[in-house]
Amino acid sequence: MLQFLARRLLQAALVVFLALTAVFSLQFLAGDPVKLFLPTDTTTKQIEEFRERLGFNDPWVVQYVRFMRGALAGNFGNSLRQGEPALDLVLSRFPATLWLSGVAMALSLAIAIPVGVISAARRNSWFDHLGIGATVLGQAVPGFWLGLMLIYVFAVWLKILPTGGRGTWLHYIMPSITLAAFVAARFARLTRSMMLDVLGQDYIRTARAKGLAPPRVLYKHALKNASLPVVTLLALQLGQLLGGAVITETIFAWPGVGRFLVQALLNRDFPVVLVGVFLTAVLYSGLNLAADLTYAWLNPRIRYE
Amino acid sequence: MTRVDATATTPAVPADLPRPRRRLPLNRSGAFGLILVAIVAIVAAFAPVFSPYGPTDTDLARSLRPPTADHWMGTDQLGRDLFTRILYGARVSLAIGVVTVGVSGAIGLIVGTLAGYLGGAADVVLMRVVDVWLSFPFILLALVVNAILGIGLQNIILTLIITGWVVYARLVRGEVLALKTQEYVEAARALGARESRIVLRHLLPNLWTPVIILSSLQVAQFIVAEAAISFLGFGVQPPMASWGNMLNEGRTYIYNAWWMTTFPGAALVVTALGVNLVGDWLRDTLDPRLTA
Repeated sequence: MLQFLARRLLQAALVVFLALTAVFSLQFLAGDPVKLFLPTDTTTKQIEEFRERLGFNDPWVVQYVRFMRGALAGNFGNSLRQGEPALDLVLSRFPATLWLSGVAMALSLAIAIPVGVISAARRNSWFDHLGIGATVLGQAVPGFWLGLMLIYVFAVWLKILPTGGRGTWLHYIMPSITLAAFVAARFARLTRSMMLDVLGQDYIRTARAKGLAPPRVLYKHALKNASLPVVTLLALQLGQLLGGAVITETIFAWPGVGRFLVQALLNRDFPVVLVGVFLTAVLYSGLNLAADLTYAWLNPRIRYE
Repeated sequence: MTRVDATATTPAVPADLPRPRRRLPLNRSGAFGLILVAIVAIVAAFAPVFSPYGPTDTDLARSLRPPTADHWMGTDQLGRDLFTRILYGARVSLAIGVVTVGVSGAIGLIVGTLAGYLGGAADVVLMRVVDVWLSFPFILLALVVNAILGIGLQNIILTLIITGWVVYARLVRGEVLALKTQEYVEAARALGARESRIVLRHLLPNLWTPVIILSSLQVAQFIVAEAAISFLGFGVQPPMASWGNMLNEGRTYIYNAWWMTTFPGAALVVTALGVNLVGDWLRDTLDPRLTA
């Protein structure tokens, strides 16, 4: 197990390293990085100064080594716009994103698991059909449109919720619903199909034959066994929420990492983009690893070599 | 689709048998999905027939008009007919869905087959690339690549191909690894078949089903990804109509023109829903292992 963990950590480190290399080289493929990341009205003299200051005049091997050494020390350079260390700027926006993702994840589980369990327990009932319809629709509705529609109905029309920003708990409602919708749909579908699998097992029939109360059979015996893939999906979906945050945060002016990254891309603030790429790769690889480990922990039959 | 009855043909060398065609029994949700996709495809193909306006015809005197008999879905800030722009937006969405899935599928099929079949260095390199690609949420990866490549229709297509082929390569590689140890492949090799024949005649036919199933699910993902990226201000740029950039423009006018955000998004939902339903139906029908 320890060996497996060590190998996976090494692998994750390699992935992060390769991801940084890929993005670093992409800026050269895309043409002159200086012109790319400076506004069009910059004078030639300013461009030269900028080149010299950021070391863009050095051979790319030198630039690459310098960049990687900095990255290892947690130094990605300063934001081209704000002039402060890019890493600090991104990290300071992290709590807002984590809070939103956490609330959205809790919300989607609170809706999806009961829906999945009841749908499976009453297969082919009206509730099941309604549930399936909702999940299919939930997967087809893009988050950014759902967000806009919520803003229109609750902020513009009914005027009961703020359009964006972060302050009171009211600010959480629309962004977390938007972010939760897609994830909830996936969880509900998975829970339903896993429950259907489990409910057909012999031990469920035994539990029922013993005369146990149906809710006890459903939640204690069945759900526990059906929850394994759901837990795995949880870790993977947390990573997807980080991707979804890019769009949701932009719509609701949520002061998190996603919105900051979109602005950095629009402003061509390359150090900030690299930090965003770096942190996403670290976090996402970490979550993938966590998914594998919880899977092994919950199901002792699985042994990683 | 004609159904070939395998028993009616003379059994010769097994590999020369005409492949029995699978029947595709249509269920209700699959049929519904096909109808939705067909509607979108027809309005996209015959957009000029359905609307007297051009997608970029501006008429400032008639800007931000709510839906009327003249303008079924209202007009935008430049007085362009929204219904017309949605029809032309369907062309962009479908073209992107089909082209990106086709090209990235082909690349992934070739790379995945080579890596799985040859193994060795090719396989190691591919799997590391896959690891890197999969260490980002898809939409974020596509967004960063598109921001670096630059805006425009061509670049968004290129972006989705660059970010999309990896999923295919991984799937195909896995299938090939499983297939190449099958007895019929060993038999073919024992008979002295060339490598190219083994790959083309024995492996490839077995790869179509998983690739088609994945493609049907990828189409919707790519269409939505284009819309999301264009919505954020990258991707397809105005005045060319894309549902994503129409939503982005509509966002500014959400206080006084609800139709500008409602209709392009509804078009996107109808398309994604249709494609997803067809995808679910194909998966359930073609691959009985996956039916839950």
